[in-house]
Amino acid sequence: MSYDSNWEVVIGLEIHCQLATKSKIFSGSSTAYGAEPNTQANAVDLALPGVLPVFNKEALRLAVKFGLAVDAEIGLRSVFDRKNYFYPDSPKAYQITQMDHPIVGKGHMDIELENGETKRIGITRAHLEEDAGKSMHGTYHGMTGIDLNRAGTPLIEIVSEPDMSSAKEAVAYMKKIHSLVRYIEISDGNMQEGSFRCDANVSVRPKGQKEFGTRTELKNINSFRFVEKAINIEIERQIDLIEDGGKVIQETRLYDADKNETRSMRSKEEANDYRYFPDPDLLPVVIDEAYVEQVRSELPELPEQKKQRYMSEYDLSAYDAGVITASRELADYYETVAAKAGDAKLAANWVTGELAAKLNREEVEITEAKVPAEAFAGLLLRIKDDTISGKIAKDVFEAMWNGEGSADEVIESKGLKQISDSSAIEAMVDEVIVNNPSQFAELKGGKDKMMGFFVGQVMKASGGKANPGQVNAIMRKRLEE
Amino acid sequence: MSLDADEVKKIAYLARLKIDEADIPGYVSNLSNILDLVEQMNAVDTTGVLPMSHPLDAVQRLREDKITETNQRERFQAIAPATEDGLYLVPQVIE
Repeated sequence: MSYDSNWEVVIGLEIHCQLATKSKIFSGSSTAYGAEPNTQANAVDLALPGVLPVFNKEALRLAVKFGLAVDAEIGLRSVFDRKNYFYPDSPKAYQITQMDHPIVGKGHMDIELENGETKRIGITRAHLEEDAGKSMHGTYHGMTGIDLNRAGTPLIEIVSEPDMSSAKEAVAYMKKIHSLVRYIEISDGNMQEGSFRCDANVSVRPKGQKEFGTRTELKNINSFRFVEKAINIEIERQIDLIEDGGKVIQETRLYDADKNETRSMRSKEEANDYRYFPDPDLLPVVIDEAYVEQVRSELPELPEQKKQRYMSEYDLSAYDAGVITASRELADYYETVAAKAGDAKLAANWVTGELAAKLNREEVEITEAKVPAEAFAGLLLRIKDDTISGKIAKDVFEAMWNGEGSADEVIESKGLKQISDSSAIEAMVDEVIVNNPSQFAELKGGKDKMMGFFVGQVMKASGGKANPGQVNAIMRKRLEE
Repeated sequence: MSLDADEVKKIAYLARLKIDEADIPGYVSNLSNILDLVEQMNAVDTTGVLPMSHPLDAVQRLREDKITETNQRERFQAIAPATEDGLYLVPQVIE
């Protein structure tokens, strides 16, 4: 960011995460994405008179699971409240949510900063609530079309402390939460479908000032890239405003990705008095310690635990361990490769190197990798037993990705087997020496850099198939002769 | 504690209630009386008393996560004032 260092930035995030239940939080309608409009909106979702909400057991379990994964206090007695506002995507004219007694209390999440340090971000709370429907503007003769399929979909809203001090930190935190909810399988985290989105509270203050500046709320940001851009552009706007003698107004703003600007959503302002009160249709939700322990026992190994284990058990760097454990699927893939190849470090180098680069280039997820973990391990085994060099292995990997068979098949059909026959290599070394007498003289004279030249020439002569270690050794031998 | 006419109008607006100007003094006094009663109750020492979130001394019953509802859009939309392409149409809301 280009703003000068006289300013301090304070950011808190509210992440809305859709829980992976089959049915809605208070009704038996399906939550499946993409159905025809209003075919999954029943009498409860439409708020017809006389209906009663009944709480979904699975939504409770998933919310508790999240709380345990962020080391939070679990609300053994949580209460649903009504948040009152009028908007056509919410036919009851209130949203059922939790105010004073949320299911998840204080917890935390650690993020890694760019300088390698760890920063702990506080989680204030996470509460259960229902999603609203969707509004379609503009196409219906001046009217707005409403699809209530999404109304009543279970969400947890994860509220952070204002602990982040840059857009980058906010993104790092959001990514960590995103990875976690997928790890513990409480949400598919699909951002395109709106299963995971966030609001950002942003304020600035002169460096050293204790009091927070006036904050604005950026609504409904649904990609990591936009979070960073929206926050940065809002920081810039606030600083410019204050430096020009103006004042930040507390308000809700919308990020416009096309124009890369935020603008005020005045319509929401007037309604900003939600008059919360306990929902008389729902009784307090009471759970006991035994229930909490049951849910705890269902938790998988968490990303942070996995990372620590990779560092101690496999001797990986914090960076590699972090990259690999960022997604559960990638970690599973890695563990299979490491076990089958019998070399955790080699596996880490290749998974974070060649494989990650390929996934990136092809823009596919690890689950869509064209080379399954077992086959990938097969390739690493051939590097380990010196059948091929690392360089040739890259070509073999490419061929495997293109469906040309297993590592062994590709090596066989393309004749890529490494030349480890020392007499053959010796012959190649001698030929290169004879053809480059002046360079050899320089090398002998102590110009060590020439070594690289000779090894390179021999590798070239062998079509990359000579064992580089052997080439080196033979060159050294020739020097001593 | 007493409310004034502007506060009553604001409360009515938030609840989307239309009230006659002539009735406002009545609302002002009735609502103020209710707040006075709450004020009186505030004086009671409630140390150690758990807040009551529901008059029934019972806990929430939980539902199995099962899809029990089928598509009844046609029946619901038959009673809606305006629909098109499966959507409920409402007066335009501008963001």
